[in-house]
Amino acid sequence: MTLIGWLQISLLFLAVLLVIKPLGLYMAKVFSGERHLLSPVLARGERGLYRLAGIDADKEQSWRAYVTAMLMFSLMGFLALYAILRLQAYLPLNSQGFAGMAPDLAFNTAVSFVTNTNWQNYGGETTLSHFSQMAGLTVQNFLSAATGIALAVAFTRAFARSKVTTLGNFWVDVTRATLYVLLPLSIIVALAFVAMGLPQTLDASVTATTLEGANQMISLGPVASQEAIKQLGTNGGGFFNVNAAHPFENPTAWSNYLNIFAMLSISSALVYAFGEMVGHRRQGWALISAMAVLLVAGVAVTYWAEAQGNPILTSLGVDPSLGNMEGKEIRFGQAMTALYAAVTTGLSDGGVNGMHGSFTGLGGLVPMFLIQLGEVLPGGVGSGLYGMLVFALLSVFVAGLMVGRTPEFLGKKIEGREMKFAMLAVLVLPLAILGFTAVSAMLPLAVASIGTAGPHGLSEILYAYTSAAGNNGSAFGGLSGNTPWYNTTLGLAMLLGRFAYVVPVMAIAGSLAAKVKAPGSAGTFPTDGPLFVGLLVGIILILGGLQFFPALALGPIADHLAMLAGQTF
Amino acid sequence: MINHLRPAITLVVAMTAVTGLAYPLAITGIAQAVMPAQANGSLIEKDGAVIGSALIGQSFTSDRYFWSRPSATGPEPYNAAASSGSNLGTTSVKLKDRAAGEVARLTATGMTQPVPADAVTTSGSGLDPHVSPAFAEAQVARIAQARGLEPAAVASIVVQHTENPNFGVIGEARVNVLELNLALDAL
Repeated sequence: MTLIGWLQISLLFLAVLLVIKPLGLYMAKVFSGERHLLSPVLARGERGLYRLAGIDADKEQSWRAYVTAMLMFSLMGFLALYAILRLQAYLPLNSQGFAGMAPDLAFNTAVSFVTNTNWQNYGGETTLSHFSQMAGLTVQNFLSAATGIALAVAFTRAFARSKVTTLGNFWVDVTRATLYVLLPLSIIVALAFVAMGLPQTLDASVTATTLEGANQMISLGPVASQEAIKQLGTNGGGFFNVNAAHPFENPTAWSNYLNIFAMLSISSALVYAFGEMVGHRRQGWALISAMAVLLVAGVAVTYWAEAQGNPILTSLGVDPSLGNMEGKEIRFGQAMTALYAAVTTGLSDGGVNGMHGSFTGLGGLVPMFLIQLGEVLPGGVGSGLYGMLVFALLSVFVAGLMVGRTPEFLGKKIEGREMKFAMLAVLVLPLAILGFTAVSAMLPLAVASIGTAGPHGLSEILYAYTSAAGNNGSAFGGLSGNTPWYNTTLGLAMLLGRFAYVVPVMAIAGSLAAKVKAPGSAGTFPTDGPLFVGLLVGIILILGGLQFFPALALGPIADHLAMLAGQTF
Repeated sequence: MINHLRPAITLVVAMTAVTGLAYPLAITGIAQAVMPAQANGSLIEKDGAVIGSALIGQSFTSDRYFWSRPSATGPEPYNAAASSGSNLGTTSVKLKDRAAGEVARLTATGMTQPVPADAVTTSGSGLDPHVSPAFAEAQVARIAQARGLEPAAVASIVVQHTENPNFGVIGEARVNVLELNLALDAL
């Protein structure tokens, strides 16, 4: 680790900190239906869209109707994407002549993009036509992110309102998230990306004759436009197989900064928007502080572990001063790779700029653990906020148990019904992750997909289901995941992680919205101070993390100890 | 259920038109008009022929050129139509054997141990256009001998092409191998 490395990391966090408030205030305006910067430009289009779709924008929905609309929207998005992937041979812009995707892979990929996971069991440049990338994947990059934002906004309203039965209108929220937040920011970021060197063309490739006379075919495409929404929507599905390690997705230190900045900014600002909409800005900052503590700790551990290098290579006569360079790019080095790895997993982004599977045991444990904590640091756009609020409810409940008072959060009494649904949601992750991992570790056809044997092999399987259920999308790529078993089970894990989680969460929202918002009294536990932040961090680690410890001990921790002992598999 | 069908279908179709077609095509139009060099892949041309991209690494095997890092792409290294990392874990015996082979190969060319880490490891993309300044410097003696040049002349090219972090902070010290080799040919 170097001082310069930490300075690079700090500058990025500082830049995000500066944008949280203005962006948060803007989003609060957008979702409260107030006039804002873009109303004069796009409001007419918005109204036209509602008329076309038969949406009554003034009619609000109960939590059940809101969730049903969300499920229907996701289902239609899934069907459209699945059809495009299967039929791409007959669709335009397929100059490479790629065949349609196999059914299991198309199922996995469509689920992956609709659930905002963006796990890649395919290599983009070798499998997908430009049409599939644009009209298929890019669209779900927008819509799955907008869905997450809409759900978070609805959950926020449950705290902002008193004694109501409705949470807003899903169609309106999802349209506004797309038109007023994601699209304008994507246009700015995409153009900045092109200036930094990301290609943006409809040509499929160019062939160069190298200095030594060989032919090198270089894949091209509309990369910048997809990369922009990939990060802003915390999607993470790259244009190319190796994602943002590819020099065309991420050519310089500046583009790397913009990548990380883009994925962090909306999620963080949404937490601020939450504080603004519930009329308690300090609450927003308190949640952001808890997220920042855990995220910075994650960066530190990965950075430290990776900077040590791989002692097995050191013993062969390799200089460890650059750190563990297998799977990493020279232009990013250890600091920027560690930062990217922690942010992409603390968020549910899942893009990578280095191969997590080639990290050291502890260096790779961190991204896996950050996903297992529930993707709340600050999590995927929207999904991170409602995930964090579930932990906040659990925290006040635990605090209430300790002092023997009825717990309250932002003036709402937290009772048995909310706690039952919260536990139901929180149990989805361990069930999907540990359940599928346990079965896969015993099935010969699943074990055959492992890349590196020994404890690292278990890590590869554990990481895959962690990533899928957490809707992250990054991978320990040694696992050959494109098999019917993994395509199907990973797809199911993604569906559970997204929808089995969000339905109980929205039930909590419905229940809270119906309660009176009571003003705090002297006996109310303050939820915007350091004591609460500390408690929240503790609850996230214990409730979110501890259940995975036995599996982590057998995988990445054993792997790290084996590496230190010089053992190979 | 049924009353949600119309808004769901209409919005998916309309948003496909807006975000899946209008948005990428508009960005393509602007990019091609304003920044064609970047938008088409930052290509480097020599005598009218494309010899590569400034952003994409190439494989060099001759003793007369600076070598790039090992690459995990298949079937050949630096296949820019199918990017790939090795994805090998740190405890992989394949990784250990490959690194031992690379160390032996480099030592045979006169490189002293310990060798720079990037000289024996594959990058995440398999297309890393850069090497560390240390790996470039460690190749100077071999290239000077193969080309019959003064080592100092080759070493000064490395210094000229070493890119340092912006403002001394942002990014890592690196050397673009293709640009380095072009400068070498221009000597």
